[in-house]
Amino acid sequence: MAEFLMPILTADMSAGTLVEWRKKPGDALERGDIIALVETDKGLIDIEVFTPGVLERIVVPPGTTVPTGTVLAIVRDGAPTGASPAPAAPLPAPASAPSPVAPAAPTMPAPPGRLKISPLARKLAAELGVDPTTVRGTGGGGAIRREDIERASAARTAAPAEKPRVALDRQARLRQAIGAAMTRSKREIPHYYLATTIDLQRAMTWMAEQNLTRPVTDRLLYGVLLIKAVALALKEVPELNSVWRGSEPVRREAIHVGVAISLRGGGLVAPALHDTAGQSLGDLMRQLRDLVQRARSGGLRSSELSDSTITVTSLGEQGVETVFGVIFPPQVAIVGFGKLVERPWAVDGQLVVRPVVTATLSADHRVSDGHRGGLFLAAVDRLLQAPSLL
Amino acid sequence: MTRDEIRATVLRTLGEIAPEADLSTLKGDVSFRDQLDVDSMDLLNFVIALHAALHVDIPEADYPSLATLDGCVSYLAAAGAR
Repeated sequence: MAEFLMPILTADMSAGTLVEWRKKPGDALERGDIIALVETDKGLIDIEVFTPGVLERIVVPPGTTVPTGTVLAIVRDGAPTGASPAPAAPLPAPASAPSPVAPAAPTMPAPPGRLKISPLARKLAAELGVDPTTVRGTGGGGAIRREDIERASAARTAAPAEKPRVALDRQARLRQAIGAAMTRSKREIPHYYLATTIDLQRAMTWMAEQNLTRPVTDRLLYGVLLIKAVALALKEVPELNSVWRGSEPVRREAIHVGVAISLRGGGLVAPALHDTAGQSLGDLMRQLRDLVQRARSGGLRSSELSDSTITVTSLGEQGVETVFGVIFPPQVAIVGFGKLVERPWAVDGQLVVRPVVTATLSADHRVSDGHRGGLFLAAVDRLLQAPSLL
Repeated sequence: MTRDEIRATVLRTLGEIAPEADLSTLKGDVSFRDQLDVDSMDLLNFVIALHAALHVDIPEADYPSLATLDGCVSYLAAAGAR
């Protein structure tokens, strides 16, 4: 028998709410199966199984908030067929899990399946004590919108709001989670900061040519070129692809770039694009689209929250030219990209206009120094000058 | 497809991309980016959804024509939305 615990998905996660069991006693558990839906400060997270077994007994019922490390269920070793006995899963490794600092979608009481609801409506539902699963959506595809929640709330004339504080609590927890992680980062990590301006003329031209031949569903955004260039550059300066374990930085072989994604209604989350360096741009683009969609509607997987080995953040769409990133503990670096702008640029003694982006590196001085950081940014630049090789 | 039908399809698609948006107050001649909390990924998904719904090929070079609701309707009508 093994105990299935409330996982620690990020460094500052202290508790989670078991929203829904996706497996029932007697069900076989295979690696990668979603066993439960848990609400954290980062939103609703699908919790994966990492080793096979059979769900023996559920200990914590849905709707219960428990500290991390609490036994949620008992798992029996081995599959029901008798094949591949293995210890079952205390899920993602707590203390070693990297932590993208991630606010989350507002709370939602135990939905059966995925609700199509905007974060704003979800937040309002929690504030007004409306159960969104009982509300008919009038938005696109039946999505529940703010107006639907307001209507449902108004209709419940006599019923007192039961959970008026939930969303407020969520917002407070969210800020606390960010505050705790960033305070820890600023307190413990001696940051150094580097910046360089990168000419993206070749990358943008190459991408435009690519997109002419790609079906619309496979078109690239230049952000995915930046992410891939970061991943490949990490192979040249691998110490930046490390995470702290206790008092030691541990270099990670696998490169899982966490991508900062802003959430509608506020907050951000930075789930991992697994094996970023080993995937084609097309595959990365498909995964990024999927990741953004799930980050904003709910449905991230526990491994996506806990596996990032570095973070890439871009605030260019908000008009920002330079990003001074704060490292997400226990990672040791964050790469920022600003707005793509046209600038005068000297090429072979001639002044031309080029699309350029400012790339920044915030890195942990205990793990690397400015010289290595500079080599890393230079590698990102060099890789972006040969986009067909990305 | 009439312009009204195209407009309805565009609004429905926008509602799917940004379900929290209040589209009843959307101005036709102001860019989506200035009125809605949308980014380049949203706009790509918007183009993909319009392509699927209206059977119109939309080259990347034409994306600027889709920046506003009015621009969208005109572009899609001219492109033979059906």
